[in-house]
Amino acid sequence: MFKIDRKLLKNFDWALAGLILILLVLGLANLYSASYGKEGSMHAYFSHQLIWVGIGLLGMIIAICVTDEFYRENAIIFYILSLVLLILVDIYGMITSGAQRWIRIGPLSLQPSELAKLSLILVLGYYYETKRNLNILPLRHIILPAILTIIPTVLVIKQPDLGTALLLLFIFISILLYEGIPFKTFLGLFLAGLGALPVMWRFLKPYQKARLLTFINPNRDPLGAGYHIIQSKIAVGSGGLWGKGFLKGTQCKLEFLPEHHTDFVFSVLAEEWGFIGSLLVIFLLFILVIWGLEVARSARNRFGEVVAIGITAMFFWQIVINIGMVIGVMPVVGIPLPFFSYGGSGTLINLFSLGILLSIRMRRRAYTSF
Amino acid sequence: MTSRREGRDKPLRVILPLLIIIIAFLGIVLRLWYLQIFQYKKFLQLSISNRIRLKTIPAMRGMIFDRDGNLLVDNRPSFCAAIVPEDVKNKKATLAFLSRVLKMTPEEIRTRLKKSSYYAPFQPRIIKENCDTVTVARIQAHFAQFPGIEILVRSRRYYKYGALASHVLGYIGEISQRELKRLRNQGYQPGDYIGKYGIEKTFEKYLRGKKGGYQVEVDANGREVKVLRRVEPVPGDNIYLTISLPLQQKLEKLMEGKAGAAVVVDPKTGEILAMVSHPNFNPNLLTTRISPKQWKALITDPQHPLIDRTIQGTYPPGSTFKIVTASAGLQEGVIQGDTLLYCPGYLRFGRRYYHCWKKSGHGWIAVHEAIVQSCDVFFYQVGIKLGINRLAFYAKAFGLGRRTGIALPNERAGLIPDTVWKEKHFHQPWFKGETLSVAIGQGYVLVTPLQMAMLMASVANGGKLMAPLIVKKIVDIHKHVIKVYHPKIRSRLPISEKVLGMVQAGLWGVVNEPHGTARRARLKDINVSGKTGTAQVIRLKRGKLTKEEREKFKDHAWFVAYAPSESPTAAMSVLVEHGGHGGHAAAPIAGAFLRFYFDGPEVY
Repeated sequence: MFKIDRKLLKNFDWALAGLILILLVLGLANLYSASYGKEGSMHAYFSHQLIWVGIGLLGMIIAICVTDEFYRENAIIFYILSLVLLILVDIYGMITSGAQRWIRIGPLSLQPSELAKLSLILVLGYYYETKRNLNILPLRHIILPAILTIIPTVLVIKQPDLGTALLLLFIFISILLYEGIPFKTFLGLFLAGLGALPVMWRFLKPYQKARLLTFINPNRDPLGAGYHIIQSKIAVGSGGLWGKGFLKGTQCKLEFLPEHHTDFVFSVLAEEWGFIGSLLVIFLLFILVIWGLEVARSARNRFGEVVAIGITAMFFWQIVINIGMVIGVMPVVGIPLPFFSYGGSGTLINLFSLGILLSIRMRRRAYTSF
Repeated sequence: MTSRREGRDKPLRVILPLLIIIIAFLGIVLRLWYLQIFQYKKFLQLSISNRIRLKTIPAMRGMIFDRDGNLLVDNRPSFCAAIVPEDVKNKKATLAFLSRVLKMTPEEIRTRLKKSSYYAPFQPRIIKENCDTVTVARIQAHFAQFPGIEILVRSRRYYKYGALASHVLGYIGEISQRELKRLRNQGYQPGDYIGKYGIEKTFEKYLRGKKGGYQVEVDANGREVKVLRRVEPVPGDNIYLTISLPLQQKLEKLMEGKAGAAVVVDPKTGEILAMVSHPNFNPNLLTTRISPKQWKALITDPQHPLIDRTIQGTYPPGSTFKIVTASAGLQEGVIQGDTLLYCPGYLRFGRRYYHCWKKSGHGWIAVHEAIVQSCDVFFYQVGIKLGINRLAFYAKAFGLGRRTGIALPNERAGLIPDTVWKEKHFHQPWFKGETLSVAIGQGYVLVTPLQMAMLMASVANGGKLMAPLIVKKIVDIHKHVIKVYHPKIRSRLPISEKVLGMVQAGLWGVVNEPHGTARRARLKDINVSGKTGTAQVIRLKRGKLTKEEREKFKDHAWFVAYAPSESPTAAMSVLVEHGGHGGHAAAPIAGAFLRFYFDGPEVY
């Protein structure tokens, strides 16, 4: 399962690792500011996140050392495990009759929906590895992956965690697009999905419907999501070109945004560092995503390629949807911003995924550099 | 490997994703430019002193009615003077102004501000409730001079009959930080009012309604410039109790000046018609901010007016417990209806003498007369024959020693001892002598007045132990009935009809036969059945206590009853703390109440 030698190490992508570390440091610094409450009180988010990043880096190193064969051979086990955890969470949620996204294991609380993202990517990679790599995906190579995607998506919707459910679908669609899907098939899938919506709608509870409607139109909830968007826009806009300075943001300090350390954390950054700071961070994130594409292109087998694309898509959509939400162009869904948002399970899975990306990169095709 | 990678280098594969990524990131950058550069001035203005605020509109709390729709609790508008500290420009002058207008010392104002220090920023902090119109007008006239001062219209809970049924209705109060933490995700905010006691607490979910609010743009002084979006609040649901206002009023009046409790239930349904605990309190004093002094007086009152004696007061049942002992003895066959036992006025058990209340003794006596005359020695002997565990089994089957499950907070279970309990709590075996005390409702036995009323209801209705109901139905603001509470049988008494008949006959005799102990509860034309009880507080050594001590340790007086005996429509229990003999102190209250219940107010 572990395989690492000097030859491999020579191929380690230090630049990508460096980029990840820079983003981590920026994220922690921003979270430090976000957890800095009014009158100088400190929330525990920062110190907790520090621990999670530590654990996550350890996971990343392990992920780098593990060979891709191990991921491939155990993809199905990961997948089934994450489904079981999702079902457990749903059952637990039903018992306590409330939204439940966590499973508590001692002091740790695990969010199975985070695990579901990675396990879906791995199982899709496993599936396509055995298929011939054609220019265009035949329909028969879409049906089983679609089913593999729908199952965790439905389980996640029931929690209800719309953001993650959407992400799972986007990851699947991204892989399809990359692998080449005929336009007609894509249209057919799209229409089928559209047709399934009213059916699924009927299974939802009233409060879930309300949440979905608010998701589509935040103005439905002017005291909640609608208000958050306005405050978030004020925070971002008042940052101006240069920002108000580190720890000097007023909007987020005053706790107008209850989620300012998780989903709306980017507004803290934009307020304190202004357009210049935001631009720098967005540029770094852009480089990360482009780099992910390159990892996929240079992967030595189809498993590596699909997994790299899946992980890259996961990051891309999280970044775009989260920042889009903060700046008021996307609906408010609970999707955290990688490297920046507070959250244990998310941080762990993100760093582990990046470890897999680095591992694929290290074992790239013919050991050539790009 | 290369053969499997043929499609790999088609340019579209790389270009399409690249294109999507570039467009997405470019979009974000453009939007950021628009917000942070193009609209910078506007957003900066809005961010200074936070111009866009969220104001909540509290929901009108649900009203509470009696069973026939008589209003018991509603809301009155109340003008509150409040401060938004973040908007205050001149702290000292503002404080001085408020202290002058509100007739409060600056110290008092500061204390109230300190209490709300955990509020969200820009949330108004109320300084004084129930301001009169003159005060309101004076404050409004100075709005421009003192930014940060606000007048809020809030509603104040109004308990129409003051202390009437105060323990049932309960009261509301400002949510505490602890409650806030516990109910975090149910939409509570600092400064909200929440049910703290009684129905107000247990039915908080229905009564509270749903808060509304609006986004508002304010000027630099915090004054509203324009309302952006508004959500109307939804009033809470109205609750109809099973309590009947005239019956409650009558019972309250009869209990006035006494410490004790009385409960009246409909034996067929388990609905509580009246429920009184005295001394009571005036919830109107508690809904607005009560002064610390008043609060201290209330909770340190030696009479404990905040305790609901009907469900939280546990007392030895005294002779009323003989209903259980008699039923158990007859059902278990340790005595028959005609079994005669001898009462010489005492029973020697081991080395101790256990006395009958009647020193001269009752002579040879059967169960019917034993109930009627409440002979202790007869029931000592039945208790010995039964043993403690069999006796405890029947007591629990009558609903004693466990909560009735009434929808009021902090109900207590009372206590029915048995050998297991004794072993667990004292690490001691059960002494047979203790069974004698239990058999006449003394010793470790503790019951609540509600339990005794439900027990009487079960005897009255032919053996069905009903669940006590305090709420009849819940109706929403559109008059849709949301919930109806139907009668529920908790269990059936494990005694035969014949046994029950004998006990019922005995209870009739208590009130109506020549030697009965409760002739004071007799009515002209209605048959009343009942049982008196006199519960010893401590064993009195006669003549050795001062008069005051004797008053303090005087026995509790019990009377439990139902009527009409043939087809009962009311079952009740009355307890008067330190009232002395049940037949003297408690039975007349029940008698007077039942007279009112059957004849109506016009006769008396």
